[in-house]
Amino acid sequence: MNLGRPHGGFVIISSFAVAMVLTIVPLPDSVARLRPDWVGLTLIFWCLLLPYRVSVGSGFVAGLLLDVLTGTLLGQHALALSLVAYVCVRLHARIRAYPAWQQMLTVLVLLMLHQLVVLWVDRTIGRPGHGFAYWLPSFVGMFLWPLAYRWLLSIQRAFSVQ
Amino acid sequence: MTVDHRQHHLDSMRSALSVVVYPLQLLVDLPGNTYDWFRESLATRRQLQEENFSLRKQQLVLNTQLQKLEALEAENRHLRALLDSSFQVGERPMLIAALLSVDMDPYRHQIEINKGSLDKLFEGQPLLDSRGVMGQLIHVGPFTSTAMLITDPAHAIPVQINRNGLRTIALGTGKLDRLELPNIPNNADIQVGDLLVSSGLGGRFPPGYPVADVIEVEQDPGRAFSRVLARPRAQLDRSREVLLVWPEQIEHPMEPATGAGGEEAP
Repeated sequence: MNLGRPHGGFVIISSFAVAMVLTIVPLPDSVARLRPDWVGLTLIFWCLLLPYRVSVGSGFVAGLLLDVLTGTLLGQHALALSLVAYVCVRLHARIRAYPAWQQMLTVLVLLMLHQLVVLWVDRTIGRPGHGFAYWLPSFVGMFLWPLAYRWLLSIQRAFSVQ
Repeated sequence: MTVDHRQHHLDSMRSALSVVVYPLQLLVDLPGNTYDWFRESLATRRQLQEENFSLRKQQLVLNTQLQKLEALEAENRHLRALLDSSFQVGERPMLIAALLSVDMDPYRHQIEINKGSLDKLFEGQPLLDSRGVMGQLIHVGPFTSTAMLITDPAHAIPVQINRNGLRTIALGTGKLDRLELPNIPNNADIQVGDLLVSSGLGGRFPPGYPVADVIEVEQDPGRAFSRVLARPRAQLDRSREVLLVWPEQIEHPMEPATGAGGEEAP
């Protein structure tokens, strides 16, 4: 990656917008519970690739918007995504060097971290628990990671975002 | 987060952010809307005639029932005047809003509607459909609002049994077709098929609107209370249009004259 002026912020923002649209597209109830965490995947990708541009602050803003979109407590997703972004940026050099399957497992852990924080807040304010099915979106996200990675990478190359 | 949960200082921030995400919601809503528009504009003449005919028939039936209702209302008012009670049955201001077809958190029963504070909506406003009570507004933005359905696990609505006026509370269960009535004593007069109507206690929901039908009563002598389940009347997963009502005299919900009104309903 050649160093240069920051470039293509618009592409990053639109990728987050598309992720949010995918998050609220209406699906049948049974499928909706498997819906992967698109915003989380997008955030992880940009944090790995451009840690100096997308990090905790972007995670926080994306999380706030996600809170408003999904009607959760203001700050719930923001806190969770900030944590995800922090871990991602701290370990980006290491994660980038991992083989594909190891990367997938790391992504699984990061997505579960997101869900775990959201669940913690939910339980703290006295909402009921959900059972094992609650964690399925993280697994779906894990299997979608290679696809999402390749797709976002091609976009990043095409628009030479850096 | 604590601030959002406990107090309401962040409401303005949430409504500002809701304007930011409004275009996204509109975008997601667009395909469904376009489909509806196409279906309406491409309907054949014959279909329209049939629909027109059935609607006219329905209106006739409803009008007949309305005549009866007017007579009953007059009689009711007369009797209440005799009893010197200030309970009011009658028209309330209403507004029709459409659901935005967007998904929210799958573990919360919330919906997004296309009206907001610009239409003078307020937090806690009751939401109805043509069959019964659906829920109440929890966040109001300028263009959109979020409503919590009565089946959300965090929701409770004061109800009474239409047959005998027994008052209780209906809790959401997290399933779209179930409400739970806790703390009903084993000797309470409640049967399968009883209609639950909103009691108006608490001053949030207007009294007298249908909420749910009792579908299961399990009386276990070993336990202090019986297990009572009910099915909401409103089509929570199917309605496209919802009605918003303005309760009368919202400023004094605790005043005995209006607050106790629900207790005296038949």
